[in-house]
Amino acid sequence: MRQFLLASPILIPLVATAVTAMLWSRPAAQRRVGLVAATLLFATTLGLLGEVLSGGMVVGQMGNWPAPFGVTLVVDHLSAAMLVITGLMGLAVAVYAMGPRAEERDRAGFQPLFHALLLGVAGAFSTGDLFNLYVWFEVMLIASFGLLVLDRTREQLDGGIRYVMLNLVGTTFFLLAVGLLYGLTGTLNLADMARVAPGVENQGALAAAAVLLLVSFGAKAAVFPLFNWLPASYHTASMPVAAIFAALLTKVGVYAIIRVFTLVFAHDHALFGPLVGAIAMATMVVGVLGAAAHYDIRRILSFHIISQIGYMLVGVALMTPLAIAGSVLYVIHHIVVKANLFLVAGAVRQMGGSFALARLGGLWATAPLLGLLFLIPALSLAGIPPLSGFWGKLVVIRAGLEAEAFLLAGVALAVGLLTLYSMIKIWNEAFWKAAPEPAPAAGWTRAQRLATFAPIVLLCGVTLTIGFWAEPFAAFSIAAAESLLDREGYIAAVLGAQPTRLAEAVP
Amino acid sequence: MDASLILRVSAPLLLWVPMAVSVYLLIRGHNAPGGGFVGGLVASAGLVFYAISRGQEAALRAMRLPPASWCGIGLLTALGSGLLAWLDPSAGYLTHRWWFPDISVTLPLGTALVFDIGVYLTVIGTITAMVFALVGEETG
Repeated sequence: MRQFLLASPILIPLVATAVTAMLWSRPAAQRRVGLVAATLLFATTLGLLGEVLSGGMVVGQMGNWPAPFGVTLVVDHLSAAMLVITGLMGLAVAVYAMGPRAEERDRAGFQPLFHALLLGVAGAFSTGDLFNLYVWFEVMLIASFGLLVLDRTREQLDGGIRYVMLNLVGTTFFLLAVGLLYGLTGTLNLADMARVAPGVENQGALAAAAVLLLVSFGAKAAVFPLFNWLPASYHTASMPVAAIFAALLTKVGVYAIIRVFTLVFAHDHALFGPLVGAIAMATMVVGVLGAAAHYDIRRILSFHIISQIGYMLVGVALMTPLAIAGSVLYVIHHIVVKANLFLVAGAVRQMGGSFALARLGGLWATAPLLGLLFLIPALSLAGIPPLSGFWGKLVVIRAGLEAEAFLLAGVALAVGLLTLYSMIKIWNEAFWKAAPEPAPAAGWTRAQRLATFAPIVLLCGVTLTIGFWAEPFAAFSIAAAESLLDREGYIAAVLGAQPTRLAEAVP
Repeated sequence: MDASLILRVSAPLLLWVPMAVSVYLLIRGHNAPGGGFVGGLVASAGLVFYAISRGQEAALRAMRLPPASWCGIGLLTALGSGLLAWLDPSAGYLTHRWWFPDISVTLPLGTALVFDIGVYLTVIGTITAMVFALVGEETG
């Protein structure tokens, strides 16, 4: 059963991709298959999380080839949490995508590409092998490019090409780093690499490869100064696509940074800690300033993704249990909130007729429910108690103070204030001020309205749950941090007590 | 179609010879260099030749199903081959299962072959879909 649960987050989206591709000319059937698959994915990831909580790390060797040689899947606390969030987002966006303009999207191939994206993300979160991580990154890149240019407009192709170019450069760096690391350690399995890495003679070359990895994961995660592709492309995508991108794509980069730098390069923390800390601060500040300068909801939200990535890197910068727990909690909270804000932005567009703040207004009078549904994630993003963002920020900043990284903690606090500023800007312009022109009547059916609002309400519910009932989430994050810092435990779980070595395997 | 007479007449040959070679490569991949990926590439080369000489419509007719369906069936086949691993629930996904039929020659059959057939079909579907999309833009 454990093996089945371990493989199913990869198998379910794969089946969904295959089946929806076969139903190419029947969009209605595709949508039904997609919804069933997304539900199943969420259910199995919950099962997997339960399995990790009750029985510890789930490890599987695909094809029963022993660990350093075969394809290893490893799901620990962090991976399981990321998979559950992936399942939740997949379900929310699958429902949301049944809203307005579903027909056009599905005819352009939304469903197979969407599930291929979930496949890549789930694969990246469950793999225990650096090269496989690269392959899953590529799967994600291909699927996300298809999703980005779904409407085939000039604007989208422009954004899409920038996105692909910059990401291709990033993945090339990744491939170079994989090659160098293989040369230095003789293995690609992360656990085996972690075992060998501290004993490598040429630590300088190892650090260089680590920097290459940091560059490529950083480009994925949109950290300073490699974030340019994100605001150049996200605002062109259609709303369900932008929401799933905002939720998952950058977070895969963050996950990869956390995984590799807590596992393989942990012994070199004296070098990478301050480096990642500086990057984290610059990312927070630049992102939030970019958001303050923009007046289009989608662009504001895109810059906020960047700013928030900084908070998630604090864990890697400080490497204390509390800081890593803060990062984990922050990632969980942020994915839910940020995706929800994009979903709300789509609903604002539908009801107010635009994304541009100048042309919006008066939505609080015409759609008070939407206003409320905007306020919950927006205030949570800014870190207002008792919403989920408050706990995330609290843990991150407290970890900063405890580790005596006062500058980092101070920047994190100040950025929180500026985040509040841009959220209030959206609130004032879109909801509060008088409408500059009467909004066009929102022409949508009851079913479309339900499909749009059900996921928003669901995600608001999750935000409120994390906010008011933070205890289990905080406890989980601390457990995740402890398992991340327990490198010996990870290595033993993957390789077994006595790892096979190549020299022993080949006489 | 402005393909030359020679090309048009030899089109069936250019389709079926690569097809036969591709199946040979697919099965040979069991124990020797070859396999689903190479076989699929050769087979799609045959289909692309056919599309160049007789037109895309004819090639799609010869394929019976649209390329996306080939891809889908291939993925499901490859994926299904791994499911047999769970005859033993503690085994990892994709663990091979072997069957040695009791006939006069040794003919070991394994799920690896099923996986390779899946790869073969997926490659054919993907390559033809991409090439036909490009060819279609040129003529249309």
